[in-house]
Amino acid sequence: MERGADPRPARRAVDPLVAVPVLAVTLLGTAVGLVFFFAPVDADQGISQKIFYIHVPCALTAYACFAWGAWKAYLHLWKRTPGADMESYVAIHQGVIFGALTLLTGSIWAKASWGHWWVWSSRQLVLFLVLFLFYAAYFMLRFSIDPGPARANLSAVYAIFGVALIPVSFLAIRLAEDFVHPVVFKRSGPAMTGSMFLTFCVAWAGILALAAAFYHVELAGKRLDSRVRELRGLLR
Amino acid sequence: MSGGDYLAAAYLVVLLVILVYVVIIGLKLARLDRDLSALVELARRRIEAPASMQEEQREQEEREESRVG
Repeated sequence: MERGADPRPARRAVDPLVAVPVLAVTLLGTAVGLVFFFAPVDADQGISQKIFYIHVPCALTAYACFAWGAWKAYLHLWKRTPGADMESYVAIHQGVIFGALTLLTGSIWAKASWGHWWVWSSRQLVLFLVLFLFYAAYFMLRFSIDPGPARANLSAVYAIFGVALIPVSFLAIRLAEDFVHPVVFKRSGPAMTGSMFLTFCVAWAGILALAAAFYHVELAGKRLDSRVRELRGLLR
Repeated sequence: MSGGDYLAAAYLVVLLVILVYVVIIGLKLARLDRDLSALVELARRRIEAPASMQEEQREQEEREESRVG
């Protein structure tokens, strides 16, 4: 390095730590406005149907986070991309947070619509719970191994195996025979009005942006933490 | 409970989880700030320590010179 050169990494023109949270707040604010003042009240379920605009985006975002975690795990295992293990861990952490939100909001919606907090006979619900518990167990595996290459490799293999559950969970709603859980997205298109679909799309974009904001903030914190540890080691 | 109550409960749960997450991240940042402050203090002492040692050595040399003189 040249004498006097700045050792810090070059700043990007758009810092994701600022841009993504701003985007998330804008989209979520718009989504809340659309949910309460634009989207019509469902003729069948009434006002409780509006839980759909938060429940389904949380579920789809959880799937996206798990898939992103598996992609980063693949990059760690096959390409040995630096930092991919940490990125995979943070993505799965986000997936578990949004998975928990899916279960909580779904449970409230189930109570409002079906009169029960949980229905064990619904394959869709049980498979999502299995997917959630599988990824919750990821942390038990990860923190039961000492930090190092072994932990990173085992965590990556586990994250990749888990991604196989995503299509099973997603398709279970179509394969289910109980007809308890509603099917909204069909081959013929979304079974909702245009205003409902627009509201859903904005809400999903908002929740995705929120997950991306959490991802960048948590990742920045983890990187900062590892640099502080490194500095402590150098000063001792 | 009415449908509106359940709707409010679902959105409040999401808001609560987001707030809890922000508080946890805030606590972690506060810990990092404390750790970093401690490390800055340690680094400052390391830099200042050799300077004060050199000063003490110079004073000792001056004392010895004046004694000889």
